[in-house]
Amino acid sequence: MPLDIAIAQFRPSKGDFDATLDGCAGIIRRAAGAERRPRLIVFPETALTGYFLEGGVREQAIAAPELFEALNARVGEDADGLDVAIGFYERDAAGIYNSALYATLGPGGGILHVHRKVFLATYGVFQEERFVEAGAGIRAFDAPPGRTALLICEDGFHSVSGTLAALDGASIILILSASPARGAAPGAGVPGNLVRWDALASGIAAEHGVFVIVSQLVGFEGGKGFAGGSAAYDPRGHRLLAGPLWEEAVLPVRVDLDEAARARTEEPLFSDLERSWTRLLVNSPGSGVRRPAPDGE
Amino acid sequence: MTGAWPPAGTAEARAPHPADRGPLDIDTDLVRDWLVQFLREEIERRRGFRRVVVGLSGGVDSALTAALCVEALGPEAVLALLLPYRTSSPRSREHALLVAGKFGIPTRTIDITRAVDGYLDEFEPEAGGHRRGNVAARQRMIVLFDQAFKLSALPVGTGNKSERLLGYYTWHADDSPPVNPLGDLFKSQVWALARAIGVPVEVVDKPATADLIQGQTDEDDLGATYPEADLILHHLTSGRGADDLVEAGFERTKVELVARRLESTHWKRHLPTVAMLSPTAIGEWYLRPVDY
Repeated sequence: MPLDIAIAQFRPSKGDFDATLDGCAGIIRRAAGAERRPRLIVFPETALTGYFLEGGVREQAIAAPELFEALNARVGEDADGLDVAIGFYERDAAGIYNSALYATLGPGGGILHVHRKVFLATYGVFQEERFVEAGAGIRAFDAPPGRTALLICEDGFHSVSGTLAALDGASIILILSASPARGAAPGAGVPGNLVRWDALASGIAAEHGVFVIVSQLVGFEGGKGFAGGSAAYDPRGHRLLAGPLWEEAVLPVRVDLDEAARARTEEPLFSDLERSWTRLLVNSPGSGVRRPAPDGE
Repeated sequence: MTGAWPPAGTAEARAPHPADRGPLDIDTDLVRDWLVQFLREEIERRRGFRRVVVGLSGGVDSALTAALCVEALGPEAVLALLLPYRTSSPRSREHALLVAGKFGIPTRTIDITRAVDGYLDEFEPEAGGHRRGNVAARQRMIVLFDQAFKLSALPVGTGNKSERLLGYYTWHADDSPPVNPLGDLFKSQVWALARAIGVPVEVVDKPATADLIQGQTDEDDLGATYPEADLILHHLTSGRGADDLVEAGFERTKVELVARRLESTHWKRHLPTVAMLSPTAIGEWYLRPVDY
């Protein structure tokens, strides 16, 4: 069944929560009123605040229900029934997280899932572990467009993340990213980190027979440039679209979820994985299971 | 964005070799757009300025910086300040005016000789060329910042990555403007981008000089050419040891010279050291980004 998704390649007004939320709400309202109304809008990681906040996460983090209410209050009835995935710094009683909210807007809607980033980038320019807690796991959830999973940036760099999402039934994986641009070698026409993202997201899609949507932040923060370059991939790993560099954009992409089943039938990598997964875990290092000694020893 | 990205795997990952300059190759179209966007966002969006001032020395770094500012903000938003000292080469002024003419940048000349000599002649007449150079560089920043304040403009820095890593600049002078587009580009990358953007060849191809002392060139001062130093710096800052580079064929004296400059100037790339007394020490415990 065809499904329209909009990728909101978005530039936050850093540190200005109200202005940024207004910007998000404007995109949602315009999408809701569009001739081809998307079922789902996907914003990037930390879309509500900007990424590099350091200790500022203490002031900018909010609870997921609070964000849902604030979004609903701003978008009004126009967006009823429209789904949104959006990255934000989340506060709850236990701590602060780099999170992604998935919700259906409107009075009949609600929060369907909150994913907390598991793999916190803490190297080079990144300092996440210093300021936020890690999420506990990666789960898929039932959403109106289909069974979906959320990943946040470095989550997608670990192949196990896509594996866990697919094993939990996801046929759409949304990756919300804030990836500082680096690398300007000739040939690609895009910063080196986007070349890496292209390979990663395409690989996840093709290995598991899922759609992968990558929504990238855009804008500069203290000299670090988020280049945009959002993208979408079909279940064979083909890139369906590539967003522009350096500018905001709302990128429509139509996906046919039946394609996932067809791709998995043609190349049954996913069923091979499902069949072998438990056995692999039992026999993996650290499982506590002692492998039998080879004959003759 | 292009429709045909190459596979991942970059020149940076190759083993070092003195003849392999691949790691320093840049996509000049990409970098040009990148830096223009950077200037727009950091100057206009983040800081709310509409105008900039750039000290135009006649050299390639300031020429490229000014050209990028013109592309980002328009020529009417850029003021090029020519700040000669009595020992400055007349060619520097000619080249600065050539650049200003090429990119349509308004200029103003403020001779800093009396300001510099007013201090040195009266109180420190024995000061040598190095000290005079430092005083001139700091005087230029006094003028640059004061002119920026007067015009409600932002000073834009012009220092490149090579001189930053080698410590080849006057601390709290050349490095003091709040926004710098070239600070992560080696000198040889600056040359490549300057050619691509149309900086006059007279400016790109001449020997680099800080023009603080008559007849001085950067490469004489450093003891290595920029192409040599840049490649060594690239590998050293990418985690290779000096011995690894010598083993790969780099000249030992050049590697040691560059490594020594790099390792002895870390302090120069930081703000002043502050005694930490509390759990709210600024920049140690109380951490907020520059654009927050």
